[in-house]
Amino acid sequence: MKRSLFYLLPILVLGVLIALFWRGLYLNPRILPSPLIGNAVPTFNLPELRHPDSPLTQQILIGHVSLVNVWGTWCYACREEQQTLMAFSRQNVVPIYGWDYKDDRQAALAWLAQRGDPYTAVAFDASGDAAINWGVYGAPETFLIDARGIIRYKYIGPLTPDVIQNDLLPRIQALQHEGT
Amino acid sequence: MIPEIGHLALILALCLALAQAFFGLAGAQRGQLVWMSAVRPAAVAQSLFVALAFGALAYCFLTNDFSVAYVAENSNTALPWFYKFTAVWGAHEGSLLLWIFVLAIWTVGVARFSRHLPQEFSSRVLGVLGVISIGFLVFMLATSDPFTRLLPPVTQGRDLNPILQDPMMVTHPPMLYMGYVGLSVAFAFAIAALLSGKMDSVWARWSRPWTILAWLFLTIGIIIGSYWAYTELGWGGWWFWDPVENASFMPWLVATALMHSLAVTEKRGAFKSWTALLAIAAFSLSLLGTFLVRSGVLISVHAFAVDPKRGVFILGLIGVFVGAALALYAWRSPTLSSGGGFKPFSREAFLLLNNIFLVVAAAAVLLGTLYPLVMDALHLERISVGPPYFDTVFIPLMIPFFILIGIGPYVRWKHGELNDTAHKLWWVILLAVIAGLVALILLQAETTMVAIAGLFLGAWTIVAALREPVYRLWQRARGMHLSLPRSVLGMTTAHVGAGLLILGVTVTSTLGITRDLVVKPGSSVTVHGYQFTYASTQDVSGPNYQGTQVTFHVSRDGKQIAVMRAEKRTFTDTVTSVAAIYPGVFRDLYVGLGNPLGDSTWSVRFQYKPLVRFIWFGGLVMMLGGVIAVSDRRYRRRVTESAAIVPANPPLLAATPVPAPGTAKAEVEAGG
Repeated sequence: MKRSLFYLLPILVLGVLIALFWRGLYLNPRILPSPLIGNAVPTFNLPELRHPDSPLTQQILIGHVSLVNVWGTWCYACREEQQTLMAFSRQNVVPIYGWDYKDDRQAALAWLAQRGDPYTAVAFDASGDAAINWGVYGAPETFLIDARGIIRYKYIGPLTPDVIQNDLLPRIQALQHEGT
Repeated sequence: MIPEIGHLALILALCLALAQAFFGLAGAQRGQLVWMSAVRPAAVAQSLFVALAFGALAYCFLTNDFSVAYVAENSNTALPWFYKFTAVWGAHEGSLLLWIFVLAIWTVGVARFSRHLPQEFSSRVLGVLGVISIGFLVFMLATSDPFTRLLPPVTQGRDLNPILQDPMMVTHPPMLYMGYVGLSVAFAFAIAALLSGKMDSVWARWSRPWTILAWLFLTIGIIIGSYWAYTELGWGGWWFWDPVENASFMPWLVATALMHSLAVTEKRGAFKSWTALLAIAAFSLSLLGTFLVRSGVLISVHAFAVDPKRGVFILGLIGVFVGAALALYAWRSPTLSSGGGFKPFSREAFLLLNNIFLVVAAAAVLLGTLYPLVMDALHLERISVGPPYFDTVFIPLMIPFFILIGIGPYVRWKHGELNDTAHKLWWVILLAVIAGLVALILLQAETTMVAIAGLFLGAWTIVAALREPVYRLWQRARGMHLSLPRSVLGMTTAHVGAGLLILGVTVTSTLGITRDLVVKPGSSVTVHGYQFTYASTQDVSGPNYQGTQVTFHVSRDGKQIAVMRAEKRTFTDTVTSVAAIYPGVFRDLYVGLGNPLGDSTWSVRFQYKPLVRFIWFGGLVMMLGGVIAVSDRRYRRRVTESAAIVPANPPLLAATPVPAPGTAKAEVEAGG
């Protein structure tokens, strides 16, 4: 009896996988409220990716509405997102700051050279320690920061033209309006 | 008119597939000879109608029939004719039709070359293939009809995704699909054997050539894909652990395990239930590959069809096909005899280890591919799993695997003798160490532990694989009668290929050099002794793109050795980089353009890639091994000669090895 139960194992594995895929089909890159929303951006002091001698701090995020985009060369979803970000950066709506997360400097520089560089500045967080304060789980994630340096919105998953148009742009415009 | 004929052909093919499945399965179950004799004609006719539909779609592309929505979305008049043809499978609907067309090709192959099998068995095999045809034809007609008309028609179509406009796109998907779909034949054989309840070693022998064929197509498909990414994606990588690459790699790993496990089942009657499970798993993973690519469940550059309805349908198909197969497996397997026993040091034990390593590797790839999805489904976060995970998992798995590859063929079936194996291999070890040291000196680069391990493992695998044929030829030259059957030669060749591959992978990834530099006209840079001089820049244009070409003169020791021209092309709305590659047997030079920085200044990636060609060359050699093995005469033996008719009560293959008919020297034969 025990032996024949053993042969049922594969079909059980299949059942679990099917259930998983079923859920996967109906999942969207979800928008999860982050506990940090409404709080000031965490302090940080990181080297700039392209100019290692000039450090970046939270000060750069103050005074204007901006996006902080967490990415890494190891993340394949970021590959797709890069196209969208390039197109968005050409519109010059807001400065986009990059947060290069758990990455290798040479690889990251090569990535930007190959695929284009949408970022005003890129904080280089090789260990990923500084990102913990931001509640970063993985890449890509995007934070919307208002002119006072307060996190107002967080988007998890790769940005698409659709997400930018329907989720981000209305919020950005509202914040820019608020500021003036 | 032509699109309607194509559509009608699909509907007729579906009707014939229903007949094929019913007469095949029910006929065999009830022993109805008349029903069973209808299966082969139904299968062939079904395949012909599918071929007709495929031809109709190709015709629409070649004649620019933009009244067909799918053609309008994927082709335009500016495309050269061969890209119009490859555009047939450039998107979802067409690649599904290609899938079905490839299944039709395999079905005709099985119908043609299964005449020597017992009628009951071949009917079941064709019946199972019929069921698979039904599933995919219904899927296509219900959700993804490529012949839908566009009203009103447009005069000009959209562009084919420029990244797909490459000569290799002519061969990559069809080869990969030949492999994916070919595993359905191994699956059908396993299911037919499970249904008959008479699973013995003959089933394994019938299944082996089909499995090897599917495997070699999968191998060539993956190699072409990798080479294509290397030349076309423009940043010099040859494998990205992208979910879609993984989707082809998982069935390949399991199919490799299946080939080895089938050898044990055929020769020793052992591992029967395990072999059947592997056959089911290999096909399930190719269905899963189709699902992952088609549904958009995982984010990937390849996932060009994002449509939950289609995803649900494919998921349903997987659930029904694999669920039914595994239920049958759970019902039949407990009754199977476990076959011959074996000692811990024996060929069986080594092949079991081979299977464990390959299946664990496949499971690790599956885990890495699905992990982001699991996290998401469990309301944890969306994350990505990248190359660091796969590298960490694969290196410790592959080191023992490649040590065992060299030893396995020199261990006897049932119970091997350590002394005997050591006696055969001691000088191989010596030679491998010497070869590794020579290679290390020749490469004259800073080395790492992984590079050294890779060099020695590669040398060991190659020398160990060559030992057997060299020994046999030497003995023959001395007048001994030692045969060298194709199956042994095939195995040897495939193992040499694996050795070359591992050399290429480790050396290029550990000793390769990459420099990203900014260059101005006239300036020059030096990478690993090669001097690249920016000679000129010029505008170029193709039928459907505009671009810039930068020319570099490459010299070494003051002598010019090559002129390399890298391009950046702008299509209607995409930019692609066409890298310049200066190939060599032992190293490639690779130049890819990054961003223009104004005044003809460019950021450029220069790469020196030692032994990178060994990766694809090794893969080709592995495939060649498959070709040699599949051409072995014993697979073409008629049923009457080989006593392969399943007896009413098949003898249990408890202790006696089944001598492969015609090869009286089965004892020394290193099949597998």
